Amino acid sequence: MNVERFAIVSAPLSVEVLTAHIEREARDRGEGCGAVCAFVGVVRATHQARRVRALEYEAFAPLALKVFALIGREIETRWPAGDVAIHHRVGALQIGDTSVAIAAAAAHRAEAFQICRYAIERVKQVAPIWKHEFFEDGDAWVEGATADPADELARQTALERACA
Amino acid sequence: MRVTVQLFARLRELAGCSRCEIQVPDGSSVEDVWRALAERHPALGPFAGAVSCAVNTDFARMQTTVLDGDEVAFLPPVSGGSC
Repeated sequence: MNVERFAIVSAPLSVEVLTAHIEREARDRGEGCGAVCAFVGVVRATHQARRVRALEYEAFAPLALKVFALIGREIETRWPAGDVAIHHRVGALQIGDTSVAIAAAAAHRAEAFQICRYAIERVKQVAPIWKHEFFEDGDAWVEGATADPADELARQTALERACA
Repeated sequence: MRVTVQLFARLRELAGCSRCEIQVPDGSSVEDVWRALAERHPALGPFAGAVSCAVNTDFARMQTTVLDGDEVAFLPPVSGGSC
């Protein structure tokens, strides 16, 4: 099965597909693949004490894919033998649905954990993806950072979180 | 000249459209496009300092010069929040 490393999709996500794919990609590189670390972001039932009924993700898909590829290049620079795959879902999601799946591969577990954490931190900082939450009593767009891939301070923060 | 503006998430809702055409003088920057857009949709005004932008699906700066037919996207702050 052909699996994209980076994808924005409206269909349900499968982290198992990603972990299997990234292991095969990293298997014959350097020391080989000894660790795959997965992150699965899921739709939470509350936001700041408000009960979430459902939510929608919206993306500027062509730019989001470029951002994922950029994150991939940043990871290749910092962890040359590592690899990462990132899939993000868009559209209407229910509580418990997977919104983002990340799989990171490396020769050893320390690097796999670092790559995985770095990838999700960067996705949250830079990817043009927006979350619209619907509560029992209203709705709200979740707005955090102004996306700027050239913001070196943000990148350092992601790196520090990954390597803490 | 004419550029196509794309809006997302809250900006799209506030403007009531996801795409629109904006006329700006030759040599205009992304910021000039934003000003013309905010004039047409005053509800967007408060976002001036918080948007990022892209030209033809690449991140750009507000100072970037736009060309006739360019697609200019304005992006509200992204959803990355607490860790």
